[in-house]
Amino acid sequence: MKRALFALPVVLVLILGGFFLWGLNPDRDPNAIPSVLIDAQAPEFALDGIPGLDTPGLAKADLSGADNPLVVNVFASWCVPCRAEHAVLTRMAREENIHLLGINYKDKPEDAVRWLDELGNPYERIGADLTGRVGIEWGISGVPETFVIDANGIVVYRFVGPILSAEDVRDMQEAIALARSRSGAGGTS
Amino acid sequence: MIPEIGNFALMLALAAALVQSVLPMVGAAQRNVLWMQSAVTTALIQCGLLAVAFAALMRSFIVSDFTVVNVVANSHSLKPMIYKVAATWGSHEGSLLLWVLILAIFGAGVAVLGKNIPAELRARTLSVQAWISVGFLSFMIFTSNPFDRMFPAPLNGNDLNPLLQDIGLALHPPLLYLGYVGFSIVFSFAVAALIEGRVDPAWARWVRPWTLAAWVSLTGGIALGSWWAYYELGWGGWWFWDPVENVSFMPWLLGTALLHSAIVTEKRDTFKSWTILLAILTFSLSLLGTFIVRSGLLTSVHAFAVDPERGVYILGLLFVSIGGSLALYAWRAPQLEGGGLFTPISREAGLLINNLLLATATAAVLFGTLYPLFLEAVTGDKISVGPPFFNASFIPIMLPLVFMMGIGPFLSWKRADLPGVMSRLKFAIGLGLIAALWAWWMDTDGPVLAIIAMGVAGWLLVASAREWLSRIKAGEVPLAESLRRAKNLPRAAHGMTIAHMGVAVLILGMVGSSAWKTEQILFASPGTVVEIAGYEVRFDRVERVRGPNYVSDMGTLTAFRDGEQVAVLQPERRWYPVAEMQTTESAIRSTLAGDLYVTIGEPAADRASNEWTLRILFEPFVNFIWIGTVFLVIGGTFSLTDRRLRVGAPKSAARPPIQATPAE
Repeated sequence: MKRALFALPVVLVLILGGFFLWGLNPDRDPNAIPSVLIDAQAPEFALDGIPGLDTPGLAKADLSGADNPLVVNVFASWCVPCRAEHAVLTRMAREENIHLLGINYKDKPEDAVRWLDELGNPYERIGADLTGRVGIEWGISGVPETFVIDANGIVVYRFVGPILSAEDVRDMQEAIALARSRSGAGGTS
Repeated sequence: MIPEIGNFALMLALAAALVQSVLPMVGAAQRNVLWMQSAVTTALIQCGLLAVAFAALMRSFIVSDFTVVNVVANSHSLKPMIYKVAATWGSHEGSLLLWVLILAIFGAGVAVLGKNIPAELRARTLSVQAWISVGFLSFMIFTSNPFDRMFPAPLNGNDLNPLLQDIGLALHPPLLYLGYVGFSIVFSFAVAALIEGRVDPAWARWVRPWTLAAWVSLTGGIALGSWWAYYELGWGGWWFWDPVENVSFMPWLLGTALLHSAIVTEKRDTFKSWTILLAILTFSLSLLGTFIVRSGLLTSVHAFAVDPERGVYILGLLFVSIGGSLALYAWRAPQLEGGGLFTPISREAGLLINNLLLATATAAVLFGTLYPLFLEAVTGDKISVGPPFFNASFIPIMLPLVFMMGIGPFLSWKRADLPGVMSRLKFAIGLGLIAALWAWWMDTDGPVLAIIAMGVAGWLLVASAREWLSRIKAGEVPLAESLRRAKNLPRAAHGMTIAHMGVAVLILGMVGSSAWKTEQILFASPGTVVEIAGYEVRFDRVERVRGPNYVSDMGTLTAFRDGEQVAVLQPERRWYPVAEMQTTESAIRSTLAGDLYVTIGEPAADRASNEWTLRILFEPFVNFIWIGTVFLVIGGTFSLTDRRLRVGAPKSAARPPIQATPAE
């Protein structure tokens, strides 16, 4: 019995070693954190709008049946990259013929209102995720994050981090085009 | 020519290490004095050869010898000289060379300073040290030779990652490695003892100074790293629970446990197998760190060579060294009989709790660090574990530990009088409560753990001071007598008091800067005035400035307090064209009460071009973090100079007749 106890460290280390060996597989990229949502329905959720703002809230029901692709952007006033991204999103909303929807993540309503007053409000709907509960449903790993959704409410693309460079914008445009083509072909389901 | 000399020295060092790893071990088994003695010579030769190799690499960097691949990849002719020198250990290959050099330095240290260690133990220890050396030297020569040449030579190099071009980071690796690798000698001592089948108080006494030296360096290295992260990364934080940070923190935690359990083994001849296990595991965690940083196993902000092939090689090394030593442990440790008995309330019991808490904390950090890997292997899900996990698991383990630190030193060996101790600590308890109430009053909304932590820090500070004062009988005997007692106190006693107080100061800084930080992020054009934590900060202008190998947008902000100008802050946003990288240089006004910390971000893209993102932070008490670690380093160094440790074990205990080695 006592001997078994002394052998415990070496056993634990061997198990750990097995995991490491597995982890060294050259095809594995630990930095890629894919979304389980891709090609799946967006999660069920219903959020009220930000108190003190006219923009309506956001729920799962708002994510399907639209004529144009939807872009759901998770943002917060305390997030610096969101600020940098805001101008790009505003321009995209104007030029790409999309519906830009927002999830205001773990933000104080008054801060969010001030932020939108200052920078402008390009969102058609904004859900206030005060507790971050819905953020968990969407599986976000940080703010900002942006999802492209086709007319059937299926998530087509997920963008992690701020959309800033020309390359980022191109990726988004491709995803939007894809969402558009799928909506056309798939019809209603 | 010079790189060839370096390469040649590296090969010869491997040869020396091979001899050192076999001959003394056989000599110790056969009691051949001459063979055992060879360990001293080969350890010195190996160390000298590696010093030559290191000097050769450094020279290649200094003269920008672009025929060497490593120099091309990590240097540039325009780089300031100090960073050319620091680039020697700025890359995977170079830092590995530094790793083995330090390994050899510690070996040579035992060879030269360990005259009072029994010949067999010394021969075996140096032999085990050489095993590690052989492993790493062959790894370097076969997969990552720093002296590989390139022909034709390019006109210029790729430059060192600009984030690494910083004095904090130039000094951080050598210091960190001294600690990391320093634990190797403790590991070698432990394995040697297992081979010998004997651990006695004298063994613990030889091990302790080496543990202390490694621990002091590691403390300094970690502190320097966190200081670098704080002012160079421009995020305004000093600890991110990043895998690469965690892997240096784990050996520190376990090394701290080892430091304390070795005391028990030395003074009370017990905790033997536990001390040995800690010695093995502490260095194993250092090796694990090397593996994680260099294999690309986990995602991290600052891991360096992402190369699975190298990873497999290091994993093999890990398997042999950690697996082998722990198997040896499983076989031999059950025979190490414990010595003295003790009651549940005693110094031994206190140190046992200390060890259990530190080991649990280490396990929590290890689990959090590796959890993403486990989960991905089992379910395929990829996640990252962030600060919330570590804060929720680590802090509740550490708070009782810090509380125990206040009581522990009062407990006497074998059997202590707890009510008596607590009555002497009434004052400390009171002050701890006051500190907690004060923290609560300062910010009633603050996190509960922060308020408790402030109370515990106050308690530890006073309890540590009280312990020292009662040792010199301050107030009980005339002042001159107290001073005489203070002078006669062993240095290790002063060291402990300083280090324990350092922990209290450290907590003050950590809690203050994380729980009561205030932050303003804004889009601003020159002329804007921001109010933060009693300061008024005016954003004056942004200018384009040229540096030696970068261009920068330098902002100028003026800070006022009560209408008086107190500081001009110039944060920068630098662009390094050769490396195609952007860095943020923060500007900080430091005071004991807190730091005013300013960084400048991107100019606003589609808006008026003269608007900038400013991040202004006030970090209360943040400097106490580094003041606290300085206390820890000073305390450790003080203990290290204790005469008892320098002299080593008393001769009588150290030299049992050679034939009388106990049968296994």
